[in-house]
Amino acid sequence: MSDYLIFFTTILAAGVASGTPVLYATIGEVFSERAGVLNLGVEGMMLMGAVTAFRVSHVTGNPWLGLAMGILVGGLFSLLHALVSITLRGDQVVSGLALTFVGFGMSSVIGWPLIDVRDAPRLPAFDIPLLADIPVLGKIFFQHSVVVYIGFLLVPLAWFIINRTRPGLHMRAVGEYPAAADALGIHVDRLRYLYVLVGGLLAGMAGASLTLAITPLWIEGVTAGQGWIAVGLVIFAGWDPFRAAFGSYLFGAIRRLPLDLQGAPVLPWNLHLILRDPLLNYFTNMLPYLFTIAVLVIGSREAMRKKLGAPAALGTPYIRGERGV
Amino acid sequence: MESSAKVDVPAVDMRGIVKRFPGVLANDHVDLTVYEGEVHALLGENGAGKSTLMNILSGLYQPDEGEIRVRGERVSFGSPKDAIRQGIGMIHQHFMLVPSFSVAENIMLGMDEPRFLLDPQKIEGTVRELSERYNLDVDPSSKIWQLSVGEQQRVEVLKMLYRGATILIMDEPTAVLTPQEVEDLFQTLRGMAKSGHTIIFISHKLDEVLAIADRITVLRRGRLEAAGVEASSVTKKELAHLMVGREVLFRIEKKPAKAGEVVMEVEDLQAEDDKGLPALKGVSLQVRSGEILGLAGVAGNGQRELAQAICGLRPVMGGVVRVHGKEVTNAAPVVLIKEGVAYIPEDRHGVGSVPNLSVAENLALRNYRWPPIGNGWRINRVALRKQAVELVQTFDIVTPSIDTPSRLLSGGNLQKMILARELSGDPRVVIAVHPTRGLDVGATEAVHRLLLQERDQGAGVLLISEDLDEILSLADRIAVIYEGQIMSVVDAEDADIEELGLQMAGTRVGAGAEKGEA
Repeated sequence: MSDYLIFFTTILAAGVASGTPVLYATIGEVFSERAGVLNLGVEGMMLMGAVTAFRVSHVTGNPWLGLAMGILVGGLFSLLHALVSITLRGDQVVSGLALTFVGFGMSSVIGWPLIDVRDAPRLPAFDIPLLADIPVLGKIFFQHSVVVYIGFLLVPLAWFIINRTRPGLHMRAVGEYPAAADALGIHVDRLRYLYVLVGGLLAGMAGASLTLAITPLWIEGVTAGQGWIAVGLVIFAGWDPFRAAFGSYLFGAIRRLPLDLQGAPVLPWNLHLILRDPLLNYFTNMLPYLFTIAVLVIGSREAMRKKLGAPAALGTPYIRGERGV
Repeated sequence: MESSAKVDVPAVDMRGIVKRFPGVLANDHVDLTVYEGEVHALLGENGAGKSTLMNILSGLYQPDEGEIRVRGERVSFGSPKDAIRQGIGMIHQHFMLVPSFSVAENIMLGMDEPRFLLDPQKIEGTVRELSERYNLDVDPSSKIWQLSVGEQQRVEVLKMLYRGATILIMDEPTAVLTPQEVEDLFQTLRGMAKSGHTIIFISHKLDEVLAIADRITVLRRGRLEAAGVEASSVTKKELAHLMVGREVLFRIEKKPAKAGEVVMEVEDLQAEDDKGLPALKGVSLQVRSGEILGLAGVAGNGQRELAQAICGLRPVMGGVVRVHGKEVTNAAPVVLIKEGVAYIPEDRHGVGSVPNLSVAENLALRNYRWPPIGNGWRINRVALRKQAVELVQTFDIVTPSIDTPSRLLSGGNLQKMILARELSGDPRVVIAVHPTRGLDVGATEAVHRLLLQERDQGAGVLLISEDLDEILSLADRIAVIYEGQIMSVVDAEDADIEELGLQMAGTRVGAGAEKGEA
């Protein structure tokens, strides 16, 4: 195989792995937003999931128990946001931001004793028989940790639920025009709670997959803005799981470039010099914040939201008796 | 009542219904008896409690007192689903349809079947069958946002029929329709009543009620005024008296207009709506002094954008606005105030007033910058209060005091306050958008009188309204707007309702009409 092929295969394989936590978080946020609730607390929920999973795995020696607890804590954490934004009809942006800060602080406290831990048990990685032997594709997709494979299954499942099932239809109705759903006897608040919770569980899963498989260690703020990336990707993916997957893996690849590929082969137009440049690291570190700004700019302009196809009732609490949209 | 065929047990029997909201007694021991197969009108002014009563019947609200029987059986509804199970379906004034969903998806929304997997083809088939049976023509696979208002209403009716509703409640169904669409709707309703459906028709329009209803129940201020009178046995005058509680003049005294020079004109005006789509596509109009130009049209055809563009509240993308020959395109609102343009906006709470400021302060919002109220950077409170006292008296605004926050005023008095502010400075141009929407008959009369008075004093009035009757009775000339374009401008004397209605629906008629449109 040529140098080039190996080079790109390695990039893409690394991208699929490191994009997996973002994928979970993004799909989770797709569910929450499709039901009309904007949750900017993804970063906080991810951190809580990450620290819980790592600590439980470290203490009990059972990474599966760690995964389960990480998912659970992410979900519980999201209920805070649900309470404020659905029951108390508070501002979703403020509540979500608060959730991120609380998550950052709390995870730092919980994770304090874990900072030098390097030997916590990880979730298993294995090659998928047969598929792993396919040239190029096998290396990119089928030689990974188990969390990556679960991610593969989640994407079509999420798409199917959203677009082809009754619960999905109800969820979308609640996010588009809650008054119409309410008039037909659909419980708007109950469904919104449910899908905020789904978003939280998946954000917990995102954090857990990070510390149990992709970056198996704990440092303060280990997610490094990936929760924000997820919030941004939801928009660029047009609230669609398949496009979210594409975006997540692409982002994963970009993020890994400066880490893995110092030894890039000589490329046309001296591209290898850019890839080897340590400054690229700063650029990729900046991306989450660039995304956040984009999200806020888009989120605050109704016309732009409409153009992008955002759920019409996104970010607005539902109160019975008030006129729809 | 006379003739026979009616079953003894009523389809719906509501007894002694009481519903309280904070500070309001919306329904005060109201009874309603509706028989199977009839069209029953529920008549009353805005705020009379019609919608509240029907929201109770459709399960959206729970009554504080009283009982409901459906076909003789006592029922109590916890949610709209319970009501639908009993065959009661309500079609709200604001359509309860998800714009981004298809017709079929909207119809199956909230149904118990299918449990999990969606099968659009199957639903579309069933919907197609239903729409053929009841002659409600609509394509099940098209998206709601692609449909006209009349078609959306058909979807609402289909939605209820699909759920097996036999008792249909329609809340002011004609408010958003053109005269022709109203005729279609009435035909559908008659057909459905004939096939055994029961229809409760909420309205405040007397002519309509007399045209469609078999029997009529009248509410006023939450109380029952007349229960189930035969439509054939009452006159319009009697109904009006029941509804308003006093004699009503149906004709407005109006002197002939003495139209002078052009005071305001727009030429080839272009503007976008909130979504950034073109809302005005080259509108040209002239308003002369001493006349009322009525702009008719179905809601959402650019009326709002036109008023805002003229008043400097929406960017003009192309074209010119002139007041007294002076160009004021995209001028700041304060420039327009100085030029004598009065603006009576559609949104009284958000644009027309500052709800938390007092009546006195609201009355000064237009002229606080200049003496006697404004004095450099200071406000002369004495002058401000003096002006308020005078205006409250002249314009007959009912308020506890001039220091009361304007949010506490009733709709009619709030509108009078806005009119007082806008009209007291002797404006040369008046832009009035839906000036009587939601007002009771008394306040409506007052608003009409004030607008005519301005006209007679030589102002040019642009009256934008969805109420064709209002335009016909006030305007000297009538323009019709459709999808951001002016269809025609005619003298009020030559106006033909039929033609106006067709134009409101987008059909060009009269001289130079395009080839054969229905």
